[in-house]
Amino acid sequence: MDISSGATVKSHCVGTTAIVYARDYLNKLTGEKIERECRRQLDSGCRALVIDFAETELVNSIGISILLGIIDIAEKSGAQVVFSDVNNQTIALFDMLGLTRHVALARNEQEALSTLSGFNSTPTLN
Amino acid sequence: MEPSTQKLIHTFGALADLGQEVANTGDFNEMVRTSLHLLLGTLALRRGAVAECNQVGTLGCVAIWGLNNTLLEQFSVHDEEKRTLLAAEIPALLVRESDDPFIHRHYDLLTGEGIELVVPMIVRQDLTGFVLLGGKASGEEFSAEDFETIRAMVRHIGVGIHTHRLIEQVAQRAEENRRLYEELRAIYRDTVRAFAAAIDIKDKYTQGHSERVGRYSEIIARELGWCEEEVEGIQIAGYLHDVGKLVVDRNIINAPYHIDAKSSSELNRHPAAGYEILSPINHPYADIPLMAKYHHERLDGRGYPDGLTDEQIPLGAKIVALADSFDAMTTDRPYRRRRSFEDVIRDLRQNSGTQFDPKVVVAFARAILNEVLGNSKERRIVKILGKGYLDGERVPLLLADLIAELDGRLQSTAAGG
Repeated sequence: MDISSGATVKSHCVGTTAIVYARDYLNKLTGEKIERECRRQLDSGCRALVIDFAETELVNSIGISILLGIIDIAEKSGAQVVFSDVNNQTIALFDMLGLTRHVALARNEQEALSTLSGFNSTPTLN
Repeated sequence: MEPSTQKLIHTFGALADLGQEVANTGDFNEMVRTSLHLLLGTLALRRGAVAECNQVGTLGCVAIWGLNNTLLEQFSVHDEEKRTLLAAEIPALLVRESDDPFIHRHYDLLTGEGIELVVPMIVRQDLTGFVLLGGKASGEEFSAEDFETIRAMVRHIGVGIHTHRLIEQVAQRAEENRRLYEELRAIYRDTVRAFAAAIDIKDKYTQGHSERVGRYSEIIARELGWCEEEVEGIQIAGYLHDVGKLVVDRNIINAPYHIDAKSSSELNRHPAAGYEILSPINHPYADIPLMAKYHHERLDGRGYPDGLTDEQIPLGAKIVALADSFDAMTTDRPYRRRRSFEDVIRDLRQNSGTQFDPKVVVAFARAILNEVLGNSKERRIVKILGKGYLDGERVPLLLADLIAELDGRLQSTAAGG
């Protein structure tokens, strides 16, 4: 397992899946760092992204916009996206805004990886 | 928490952030980019752009997200379309439903890029630009609440862009004014120099005198630590100090020998006459007429026209007086050759405190010494005085002695009271 903190965002790879860890508050500053890290991982050949929200308490509007951007980039690269360990309040927000129509949610990182291995037999997420 | 409450909180948070962003005038493009992000994130939209209307009717891209970066280059807005949009006052146009001429003309482009909503930014009855939106993540239609949110947020962005334009216009005008002011000052300086040359032409023996007095005065003022504007002012005063000679008989000015008392009295009118000539002019620098009037005053009260003493004489006039005398001593006159530098130093020492202000003499001596020792980049005094005049081995010593002696006198005067 390779762990790096590229651009101050923690991430590591499991096979061709990159797991990127969001910080406590997903706003413009931290959102752009996550976006850069996701792009970097996709450019280096990852076929799936897990964004882990275990530490995230709050996501603001810019954070939502950036997450939508990451989903777009991943779709264009043919990569899957799973959000893991999202708290209930944020799940409600994602649901309300329709993000959950475009990504799968997983309780934790392991479940996210299992979900993605399941995707290998089903070609598209949406 | 009820979804509607949560949505409200999410929207309020975005509006608060937007208000802060718009108030941030530091980086305009970043402000608009962040504002667009906030708008897209509030409604979870996947595509959006902020376009600014240019005067020529094209649209400039200020921020874009999820769309082709060159998309807006293909848009334009005609005057008639602008008028229609302003008259209709429709806050947002649904691309698939609108019969607006602007939408109609760009319909294929808009739908091809997945843009569903076009929001005109109208500030103070002017079409500032458009916000283009599309791709709601929920897949739902835009609701009435969405329209209200979009309207409020786009208005914020529009005001931000409008304010930025105003600031730019003010800055542009200030820059134009600054340039015009600089040009006027340059014209003023050139005119004064031409005038100075005209004054000197009247006196065939002292051609270039006013120009040199202007330069020496500038050098002394700089050495005394005057600010740039004051230095420019004293230079002008130097150029114009003899303007009163224009009213003195040419034969008296050009007399190739010492003149009699009557002629001397006529010649001595020139400082007051200069004041009369310069007073009505609105100079960009202070006290130029007074510097011309008092450049023949002496610290001991034996000068003219008013017989002022030390503190009564403006410092500028004292500077011009020294520059004037120094040039007189270091240039050839009809009745004598110029004096040696050693002789000039002797004169300055003898007359400091009676004719010349010692502080001014020290400043000038320091400036000369710095040039002689190669401490200053420019060698302007050396150039004016010509090759060889300041080359003597004793020159630095003479200057250093003069400075030391006058500094000593100044210190003892200060200590004495």
